Amino acid sequence: MATLKELSKQQELLSGGHRLCSGCGIPPIVRLILRAANGPVVATTATGCLEVGTTIYPYTAWRIPWIHSAFENAAATISGIESAYRSLKKQGKLPGGDKDIKFVAFGGDGGTYDIGIQALSGALERGHNFLYVCYDNGAYMNTGIQRSSATPMLSNTTTSPAGKVIPGKQQWRKDLTRIVAAHNIPYAAQASPHNWADLSKKAEKAMKVNGPAFMNVMSPCPLGWYTKPEDSIKLAKLSVDTCYWPLYEIEDGVLKITYKPKEKKPLAEWLKPQGRFKHLFKPENANLLEEFQKRIDMEWQRLLDLDGKRL
Amino acid sequence: MAEKKKKLLQGNEACVEGALYAGCRFYAGYPITPSTEIMEGMSVRLPKLGGKFIQMEDEIGGIAAALGGSLAGLKSMTATSGPGFSLKQECIGYACLTEIPLVIVDVMRGGPSTGYPTGPSQSDIMQAKWGTHGDHPVIALTPSTVPEILTETIRAFNLAEQFRTPVMVLYDEILGHMREPVTIPNPGEFAVEDRAKPEVKPEDYYPYDDKFLIAPLAPFGSGYRFHVTGLNHKQDGFPTNDSKVIRENNLRIMRKVDINRETIWKNEEVMLDDAEVVIFTVGSTARSARFAVNELRKVGVKAGLLRPLTIWPFPDRAVAEISSRVKAIIVPELNLGQMTLEVERVAKGRCAVEGLYRVDGEPITPSQIFHEVRKYL
Repeated sequence: MATLKELSKQQELLSGGHRLCSGCGIPPIVRLILRAANGPVVATTATGCLEVGTTIYPYTAWRIPWIHSAFENAAATISGIESAYRSLKKQGKLPGGDKDIKFVAFGGDGGTYDIGIQALSGALERGHNFLYVCYDNGAYMNTGIQRSSATPMLSNTTTSPAGKVIPGKQQWRKDLTRIVAAHNIPYAAQASPHNWADLSKKAEKAMKVNGPAFMNVMSPCPLGWYTKPEDSIKLAKLSVDTCYWPLYEIEDGVLKITYKPKEKKPLAEWLKPQGRFKHLFKPENANLLEEFQKRIDMEWQRLLDLDGKRL
Repeated sequence: MAEKKKKLLQGNEACVEGALYAGCRFYAGYPITPSTEIMEGMSVRLPKLGGKFIQMEDEIGGIAAALGGSLAGLKSMTATSGPGFSLKQECIGYACLTEIPLVIVDVMRGGPSTGYPTGPSQSDIMQAKWGTHGDHPVIALTPSTVPEILTETIRAFNLAEQFRTPVMVLYDEILGHMREPVTIPNPGEFAVEDRAKPEVKPEDYYPYDDKFLIAPLAPFGSGYRFHVTGLNHKQDGFPTNDSKVIRENNLRIMRKVDINRETIWKNEEVMLDDAEVVIFTVGSTARSARFAVNELRKVGVKAGLLRPLTIWPFPDRAVAEISSRVKAIIVPELNLGQMTLEVERVAKGRCAVEGLYRVDGEPITPSQIFHEVRKYL
């Protein structure tokens, strides 16, 4: 893996000057992923913050061939591009000959967990040689903070409003990383931008495998989480240290936790600074907080039980 | 009578008020600009009324769940915008053929494709009519003010229930997001229609009983067991290959709207009596047109406005009548001539028909209309 010094000398493939919010988790994620390509790379992006925030005419932040198609089909579009590339290469019609081009699709949690899951599942099953990256900020932030199937339980969003009777979102989040892994693809991982070394290493592995790879990356959102922009990286770290967002990978079917917190922090430390969980800290909601913690403990234990095992 | 409540509401909020007034108790949808506030409002209001709000995994899920909600007996709605409206089209055709009452709100934005999500447009006039395949009945309403969004949403539910068919409410981003004072009606102030319920015993019930033009619809779970399919079906709901039955059914679903056009049509006529040039338009564009008509009258030009609140079925009679006595009909619209085509069809060359189009994400201004009209005098 490249050292930090080497990484800092590489040209950013997603330039500065984009319009994503200050404190947004997306730009560092995209930059670390694209750096790992270490050569020519083509990207598709689903409708969402990343697409809107980086491409408003007459500017683009992308220094690579890039396409936005629609909300539900980033994985299908990259399937077409990757297939055409393989065909052209086989026919000897590719300018530049046998160049090894990498293909990456980006989508938010709405465009991946919800409307885009059919296209993603299809692309994984067909076995295209590409990497799908989900930046998971836990809601539809681009349209104004509506819940998604990635939204943490009990979050206050504009379509799961926390009121006196219903305390926010009622459902547990979808375990997308495991759903993707169940397609028996060569590589799937969860990462977080605060741990750049871990994220970069996973991105490099994902780019190298022959076949589909998937990365689900925690992406703090000051707007939707009601947090301070300067706290984003700290909150990303807390999501991992509280075991809400464990860092692990599933390589050729073997699950490996890539970071185990020395001391697992209470979930409340991650929840408390976030306005979307404000209601959970009212005395009458203490039981909800406790339930949330229990569920996290259970999920973490389940993951520990699987650590090092073939799924 | 209770004191009336006056509120400053956004168009999308007025839509929520209208739907709840009409008895909507089921909403399923998906976030999409510029319609999302309808869904946000429903997520807050419906649970308090004992209704059900569901955010679905995509646009198709949104309308499909609303179909289910309606079959189960609740007045149901979904809302969307251009690209989402495209995704819903298969289910719209399904609702037409299976005759399931449903309201679909389309807050129009610039297209095609992702287009211009935050700009106004009237690009779905034809999508509302022809978006789904096959010939099918279409009722689409076009309010032009925030209070009218409330009242037309009530009317949409009433028509859906009366005619057992999906009804669309079309308005653009300007109306969806602008705020105007709205008086919330008291109960009883507007008629609220409910679908006809069967009066026969369950064993004698047919969901598409050929004794009726519009058969009563029993809610699922009420003891009336019946079959629902998107295949061509007989009166008992089961699929059929009988060409006579298929033909009769296809004609009947068209006829139920067609012969009731008079009651579905609704137009506003502004200074048409002596008009020499008439502006035909809907939605936010009609607001510019109204202003232009007043300015034209001030300078002695005999201009008038014909504004349909029901765009489908198309107001053939009103347009035909006008076309025989004016010099020209001007059709300003935020697309490239979707309504103009229909006006031309009905006018049959009896007067000049001229479109005035804008597809740059900006509204048509009164002065654009003013100058266009003056060309004809």
